[in-house]
Amino acid sequence: MPLLKDGVLVDDPWVTVDDGTQLPMDGPAMVSLERWQAHRDELLGRNAPLGIRLKSDQSPALIADDLDRFAVVALEFPVFRDGRAYSYARLLRERYGYRGEVRAVGEVLRDQFLFMLRCGFDAFEVRDENAAGQWREAVSEISVVYQPAADSRTPVWALRHRRSAAE
Amino acid sequence: MYRYDEYDQTLVDERVRQFRGQVARRLAGELTEDEFKPLRLMNGLYLQLHAYMLRVAIPYGLLSAAQMRRLAHIARRYDRGYGHFTTRQNIQYNWPKLEDTPDILAELASVEMHAIQTSGNSFRNTTTDQYAGVAADEIEDPRVYCEIIRQWSTLHPEFSFLPRKFKIAVTGAPNDRAAVRLHDIGLIMRRGDAGETGFEVIVGGGQGRTPFVGPTIREFLPKKHLLSYLEAIMRVYNQLGRRDNLFKARIKILVHEAGAEKVTEMVEEEWRHIKDGALDLPAEEVERIRAHFAPPPYETLAAAQPAFEEKKRADGAFATWADTNLAAHKVPGYAIVNLSLKPVGGIPGDATADQMDAVADLAEHYSFGEIRVTHEQNLVLADVRRTDLHVLWRKLRDIGLATPNLGLVSDIIACPGLDYCGLANARSIPVAQRIGNRFADLKRQHDIGELKIKISGCINACGHHHVGHIGILGLERKGEEYYQITLGGSADQDAAIGKIIGPAFSSEDVVDAVETVVNTYVELRQNGERFIDTYRRVGKEPFKERLYAAA
Ligand code: HEM
Ligand code: SF4
Repeated sequence: MPLLKDGVLVDDPWVTVDDGTQLPMDGPAMVSLERWQAHRDELLGRNAPLGIRLKSDQSPALIADDLDRFAVVALEFPVFRDGRAYSYARLLRERYGYRGEVRAVGEVLRDQFLFMLRCGFDAFEVRDENAAGQWREAVSEISVVYQPAADSRTPVWALRHRRSAAE
Repeated sequence: MYRYDEYDQTLVDERVRQFRGQVARRLAGELTEDEFKPLRLMNGLYLQLHAYMLRVAIPYGLLSAAQMRRLAHIARRYDRGYGHFTTRQNIQYNWPKLEDTPDILAELASVEMHAIQTSGNSFRNTTTDQYAGVAADEIEDPRVYCEIIRQWSTLHPEFSFLPRKFKIAVTGAPNDRAAVRLHDIGLIMRRGDAGETGFEVIVGGGQGRTPFVGPTIREFLPKKHLLSYLEAIMRVYNQLGRRDNLFKARIKILVHEAGAEKVTEMVEEEWRHIKDGALDLPAEEVERIRAHFAPPPYETLAAAQPAFEEKKRADGAFATWADTNLAAHKVPGYAIVNLSLKPVGGIPGDATADQMDAVADLAEHYSFGEIRVTHEQNLVLADVRRTDLHVLWRKLRDIGLATPNLGLVSDIIACPGLDYCGLANARSIPVAQRIGNRFADLKRQHDIGELKIKISGCINACGHHHVGHIGILGLERKGEEYYQITLGGSADQDAAIGKIIGPAFSSEDVVDAVETVVNTYVELRQNGERFIDTYRRVGKEPFKERLYAAA
């Protein structure tokens, strides 16, 4: 699956390891919440980066105390309509102060990029090889934001008064 | 009224460009209908029985004359010469072509309008009291907060894929003209202990197949916390609202299943983390928005207007209209004028392009250039001098908008029903028309008094039948249309869900049944009781007996 980071397609170093299968000896590995909860010590004993992949009914509150163990938290969109992960991403960034990669996986579509970016996602597993071009369009087509979120865009209500204060 | 600044304008312009791209990708086959659907729904474009339907947002029901003229132009140029004003204070066009819709959105953007989030599982148009800012009983103008909510809820990155659509209603007055207890969130302006203003917060009301009058989860929320509190509610709902079943996805089901107390607890807990943060609007922004709703330059007039009274004495038809369609204005010498979109035998809520143009002219001449759309599918000119009323009335009569039936039996709310809607079981509009014809005698309507009939073509309840004094719900059995009658519903401060009275009636019999209910009330009423008062006093039994006696 192509991975989009900072607007460019990159090689994905991460391997998503299914619950039934053996963990690779080394290299970055992404596991389920269930595996993490059942085999925590084994996973921490590995000498390689660890990531976790949460389903859309698994809140990051469940791993809030362990976040510094994970280099990646992947949040799943089983269908694009299931918008729970938007809240999860904001909680990760704004409530728990998570600085690692927050990755969108599952049904990740071009027209959701901007919302995802604003909620704190910074990596996107996409199905389309042309995603980089789409990305550039999608994140720049609306320049005005009306609300604070997990990104650095300034809501217009702040811009309005910053400007009039400067006048 | 609120006017866009460069930021607001930029957003709608960019949105038109974005949608043009999406339509082009759809027409080129790059997007499947399945992928296009959520995108078009974010822009109010539905696929209906016969054609696309475009729903245009009229934020909290307020229009300028220029905007109304543009709506007329769109009806003429891209549709069949009319539009349909809805119970959510919006307007719908029933016949646009897909390839025209980007142009229509561009026309709208040129007058500071859009169709953003008029469908889809995100925030919908925030609605309010059609008398906001001019009502005598108002604590504070709710439109300031509606506009704040409009901006905050527009393209909200976190809440654009909610379990289900989300509707917020706000009222600034204790007499609820905005059905706030029947919305996902209802806000009622209240005074706190020190006289400061804030909101009572109601969550989880709704209609549809499981109607609820929403419970209050907070008695008083100081205004400065409005957005952080709303965001806390939304975050709880976005994570916990049901996504396994479309029919159980509204926040009312979460509130019902978890209990109002539990929901309150979760909201307050979430709020604890985000209050006093980035969501507190700067005071100068609230003031900037408030300034847009400053009262127009009223003249100083005497409360008593002998000329107006004289006209009423001299002209009985005018007097009837004035007694029925006017409401009290807070400024002496002015009146609120209701324009009925319910001519006898007409389609509730429909207006022709010519009528829209004429209303725009009248608004400019007589009401500071503004028009409101009501959730009962009528129009309002909110600021008319009493001395102008007679002339205005004559002009309204010329364009068919002076039917003196506000709040009466023929002022019916009806959804599009089987004439347009793919989800319908039965037609609504013809039933409304037949009831209108049956009670065409205005004297009789006035004798009957306040009576709200509301008709939906299926259980989704777009026609508010659950809260009609008399509610009519279309059903289908073996290819035949049937209509179930409910009694005792109410959408105001005494909100109530109507009770089913008994077996459904055939299309042929339903108008007789309504008439029987009305006649029963007329026989039973005491000292000036309205229908709803009598019903509350006697209950449904007497009505039931009369309706089913023959069977
Ligand atoms: C013709 C196309 C329409 C379709 C397909 C449609 C569909 C629906 C559906 C599915 C619901 C139930 C939602 C739920 O319970 O979760 C609903 C509710 C509602 N609709 Fe419509 N509708 C249409 C037109 C209208 C019109 C024209 C109006 C305004 C006159 C309207 C206003 C409402 C209202 C007020 C509700 C109930 C309040 C609530 O959301 O609980 N709808 N609609
Ligand atoms: S109530 Fe039913 S028939 Fe009427 S518009 Fe809504 S979905 Fe369609």
